[in-house]
Formats: sequence, C-alpha cells, structure tokens
Amino acid sequence: MHAYTEKIREAAQRLLTEKKVDAVIGFRHGTVPMMSEPVCVRHADQVHQLVWNGFCGINLANYLAKRKDRVAVTAKGCDSRNIVIHLQENQIRRDQVYILGAPCHGMVDRRKVWEFLKGREPLQVMENGSSLKVSGKGFEEVLERQAFLQDNCRICTHRNPVIYDELLGDPVPEQTDVDRYEDVRRVEAMDSEGRWRYFNDLIASCIRCYACRNACPLCYCPTCFVDESRPQWVGKTLDPTDTRTFHLLRAFHVAGRCTDCGSCERACPMSIPVRQFTKKLEKDVKELYGYEAGVVVEGRPPLDTYRPDDPQDFIK
Amino acid sequence: MLKIFVPKDKMPRWIGRIMDGARVFAPVKEGDGYRFRLVTRPDKLDFSYQNTRLSPKELVHPPAEAMFSYSLKKGDPKAGILEEIPKALGTRVVMGIRPCDAKAFQLVDVNFVTDQYMDPWWQRRRQNTVLVGLGCHEPCSTCFCTSVGSGPFDAGALDVLMTDLPEGYLLEAVTEAGRALLADAPEGAPASDTVLTEARFLAQQAEKALPRLFMLDPLREKAMTALFQEAFWEEVQFACINCGTCTFLCPTCWCFDIQDEVHQQEGVRLRLWDSCMFPLFTLHGSGHNPRNQKLQRVRQRFMHKFKYYVDKYGNGPACVGCGRCVQYCPVNIDIRRVAAMMTASCVCPT
Ligand code: SF4
Ligand code: SF4
Ligand code: SF4
Ligand code: SF4
Repeated sequence: MHAYTEKIREAAQRLLTEKKVDAVIGFRHGTVPMMSEPVCVRHADQVHQLVWNGFCGINLANYLAKRKDRVAVTAKGCDSRNIVIHLQENQIRRDQVYILGAPCHGMVDRRKVWEFLKGREPLQVMENGSSLKVSGKGFEEVLERQAFLQDNCRICTHRNPVIYDELLGDPVPEQTDVDRYEDVRRVEAMDSEGRWRYFNDLIASCIRCYACRNACPLCYCPTCFVDESRPQWVGKTLDPTDTRTFHLLRAFHVAGRCTDCGSCERACPMSIPVRQFTKKLEKDVKELYGYEAGVVVEGRPPLDTYRPDDPQDFIK
Repeated sequence: MLKIFVPKDKMPRWIGRIMDGARVFAPVKEGDGYRFRLVTRPDKLDFSYQNTRLSPKELVHPPAEAMFSYSLKKGDPKAGILEEIPKALGTRVVMGIRPCDAKAFQLVDVNFVTDQYMDPWWQRRRQNTVLVGLGCHEPCSTCFCTSVGSGPFDAGALDVLMTDLPEGYLLEAVTEAGRALLADAPEGAPASDTVLTEARFLAQQAEKALPRLFMLDPLREKAMTALFQEAFWEEVQFACINCGTCTFLCPTCWCFDIQDEVHQQEGVRLRLWDSCMFPLFTLHGSGHNPRNQKLQRVRQRFMHKFKYYVDKYGNGPACVGCGRCVQYCPVNIDIRRVAAMMTASCVCPT
C-alpha cells in the first residue's frame, strides 16, 4: 500500500468526524489496471475506500468549481496549482477547501505500458518504489517506473503542492534539469505549411467527444463555445475546419491558465497529444510575462491584468 | 449450412475476389488502436486485433453525415426543397467484425426500423452489408458479452463466422448471404470433422474464460422507474465528467442530433452523433432542461441500456459487453459495476 493511503484515510476520518469538512474527494481503487476512480467520501465509515497510487492522474480540481460545501481534497502539484487558479477565478473560496497535499512522483501513463507490451494484456500492475510489476496471462515484466510516466510528468517542475493544509509526506526533490519545451521548439522551427500539417495530422482522428475539455479543471464555463447553439458558434461536424476551430479556441481559452496537468491527454480516447496546443501558449506566457500558472495565489495572472508599461504597444 | 476451411496462405486470394465485387471494410491499425476502414488490398487485412477503439457502428451510422442539401435563393424553383445528398450505399463486406459488434447492429435495428418509422440509410446500409465475423479466442479482461446474452462465438448477428485456427480459418455460413460468399470460394475445402472439433473446443474455452457478472432477469421484472431514486446513483455519478467517450465508442449508442449549416444561400442538413452525457442533449427550446443535473444524465445512460430499452422492445439489454466504455472512460466508471448495482441494488463499496 502506498504510504499516503494511510495518511489520507486518517485525515479523512479526522476531518469528517470533527465536521471540519462535509466530504473528502480522493481516489479509490479502479476496476481496470492502472486506473483509479475519483470518489467523494461523505461518511467516516467509508474512508477505507480512499487510496493513493501512481494511477491518480486525473486532476481533482475539476470536481471543485462552484461547490457550495466544504471539502477536503487530495492534491498533487498540478492539482494544487489548479486549485490556486480556481481561487484566483473565484470558483471556490479558500475556506471551503482543505488541501491534503501529495508530493508527487509522477503518474503512470498506461498507454506507454500498453505500447511496451505489444498486444499482451496487463491484468495486474503493481507499484513498488521505482518499479512497476506488470503481469498478465503467461508473462510478468518488471519495468522502470520513471520510463512509463505521463509525458507531462516527465517534465514537471512543480511536483510538490504549492498550497496545502497538510502534507501527506515529505516534499520530493523538484526536477530542475528538464527541458520543458523541446517539442514546442521543434514545431516552431517548421515553416508555416509544416506547422499547419503537423496540427492537422495531430487531430485527424478526433471524434469531438470533448473528453479533453471535460477532464480539464479550467473548462468550467456554464456553456462552452462549442455548445452555443443559438446561434451556432462552431460547426459540429468532423470537418477539419470545425475540429481545428475547437482545438485552437480551447487552447487559447486556457492560455496562461493551463498547468500542464495532462488530464486532457490522459482522457482522450483517441490518444491525441492535445498538450501540443497548450504547451506552445504556456511557453509564450512564460517568455512574454515570466509567468507560470497557478504557482502563487497572490497577484493576477498576466492575461487578466492591464499594465500601463505593457511591453506591447498595440494595446495603448 | 456451408462450412469450409481456407488455409491461411489462400485467404488473401479469397478476400481479393470479394473485393472485386464489393467494398471491403476491415480493422486497420491506426495510431495506437484499430479502426474499421475501407481496405483495397487483401494483404492489408490484419486480424490480430482484439477490439477496435471505435466500434464499427460508424460504418452504418456515420458520426457526421450530410443528409440533404437545399437552396435559399430567391427565385430558385428548388428553393426550400430538401434534396437527398447521394451516399455510398452499395454492397459491402465487413471482414473480421467481432460477434458483439455485429450483435449491436441487431439491437439498434429495432430503433431505426420500426412499424412506424424507417430510417432509409440505416436500413439500406444494413441490407447491403455482409458481416463476416471473427470469433474471439482471447477475450479481453474487460469483455463481458456472456453476461449480456451474447458470447465470443455468437453467430446470431453474423452472415459468416470465422474461427482462426493454427493453419487456416474455418468459415461457417450463417445466413443465405453468407452462404453465397462461401459458395464462391475455390480456395477452401469442406471443413473436416477434426477442424470442426478443434473450433468447437476453442469456442468453449473462450466462453468459459468469461465470467458471468450479473443477472439481468430480476431487473426486467421491476417497474420501469423502480431504480430511479436509488441512492447508488449519487455514488456512480460522482466521478463522471460528462464527456462523450462512453457513448461515442459504444456500438449500441445510436443517438443523434440534426443540425443545419447554412452558408449564404446554400444549406445542408446534417446528422451528427449526440450523447445523453452532454447537457445540450435534452435542452428544450424554452430553455428548460429536464436533465439539468449530471446525476440525471449518468442515470439515463445506464437505465437506457439495461431498463428502458429492455422494457420498450422486450429485447436486449442494449449493451453487448464489448468493454470499450470500461477501458476508455477517463475516470473509470465501470458499467459492469453499475449493472451489478442495478440488478442487486447493492451499494457495497468494492
Ligand atoms: S504533472 Fe507533476 S504534479 Fe501533476 S501528476 Fe505529473 S508529476 Fe505529479
Ligand atoms: S478527447 Fe480526444 S477525441 Fe475527444 S475531443 Fe478531445 S482530442 Fe478529440
Ligand atoms: S466516459 Fe466516463 S466520464 Fe465520460 S461520460 Fe462516460 S461515464 Fe462519464
Ligand atoms: S455500454 Fe459499454 S460495454 Fe456495453 S456495448 Fe456500449 S461500450 Fe460496449
């Protein structure tokens, strides 16, 4: 059992019994390998459901926007940054959330494990420190966990929660020698035609299911622009223009807000690397404003502030 | 009915001849999954897949189909008249479809072809499509076809059932259309008893490997809305993010939306996949939404599959146990678990 599991259960028990919170949002064991299911525990006698493991990749800040009650929530580095953004955007008040910070070792990408197994089906995947034991019918493999992390986790520089009420374990060392934008620079180096082709190919198999959008904690608009129907804002077909419009607008709508938690990519049933859109904008915001989304609560994010000394003159 | 055996090296020749007379659709590796696509070279067929990511329902019920076009030009004698846009409705053979996915077509037939209404495109595509199925030797751990009235070698919705044997394929005709396909196969020879025994054995093994997870009969007896207020929906719905993954991947989800796209004086009327998971799905023109809450939407999906469909058509359930939604739901909402809750009204946490 992961060391955090006991801590989470203990905290949940305490917070619920003392009526500090109405519910605890965390994860429970999944029904398929390498998946954990978000769960909301309301009674102290149910805290045994809560677990922690390397399959808790979904961003739980997604379950916080516009809540009326008081909840405790387990939060990885990225989840905590999205909580900060929720606070900045008035989606929830600080006194409504009790943050159980989970210093994170990165989350496992099951697609990478599938790819490695080349068609052999994993029936059980167990984590043991830095290794993953994967077994199925007639095989067992021990893999190096680090090599099977989600792409975003491999380059993550905020594994420790940036805001919390309790930490579930000692802080982990932050990765400092990572190049976050190698892939973005590769795309930037293409000519415009090459870039056009690159992004069109990327989304060619998109089925417009919107799992990427709905898995994102930033996408809380009461009516998304793609759902505006009176009049229709964006075409609903699988015509490349419509699909492209969706992806480009979604990316711009999360510019300066995206924490690169990877939930969108994790959720996509067609395995589309949708972070390729958001990462470029993340890089721009960092280079233009020196800003990383959701790292500090104080101050306003660059894209919702006006400064007279703005370096660009088009706005003056 | 006709049963023949075709050695592996002769399959491409047989399939090649089918391709001369019909469009052939088969699973093709695309990215990290498989998908049914038009295949024009017999050596491109790849039966080593377990299940396609998207179900083959897209072959009969395309995700976005332009149904009609119209003109709005003043003075145009055809202004305001819907004209059918020509569609490829000719003969097709779907090779290597899984028995569960074929069964799904049968389940959806009752919705698109009724006494009152007939969907012409669904009906014609179905009529002109021959299904050559591939039995599953090795069902995935997420498959549960035998719990919902089908099975890994269920030939009930197929025209031909193929069994993959070490040296070749056993091809068994199930319908007249299937028989016609096999009658014209000089590559094959009548199947020997050894081949038939070998195939039966494989089928039994596969069937035995699948667990029976729940019994739907007690649910059939209950009043239609008996489960409506059950407390377990609250638990089931929590994690759901209301995306369209489960319904878009599902072979039996048939819901669609109709939209007009108008550019200046020309318009097309489209039919697009829709999903009961989307809030817009039930939004009325008045602004009222009878399924405004996530809980209502999640409940609808499961109630439709296991209760409403069953009650309405005396058939079903409207799930074939393909396991796609189990595997790809981004938050691991597992229909097997929900069905177990619905049938036993059990709320025990796992
Ligand atoms: S992005 Fe960072 S904090 Fe989030 S899961 Fe990955 S490693 Fe952990
Ligand atoms: S989750 Fe994937 S398939 Fe669905 S809309 Fe997003 S990119 Fe497209
Ligand atoms: S795939 Fe899962 S999260 Fe998405 S709508 Fe279906 S049940 Fe909900
Ligand atoms: S509900 Fe899920 S398991 Fe059942 S047929 Fe649809 S996708 Fe397959």
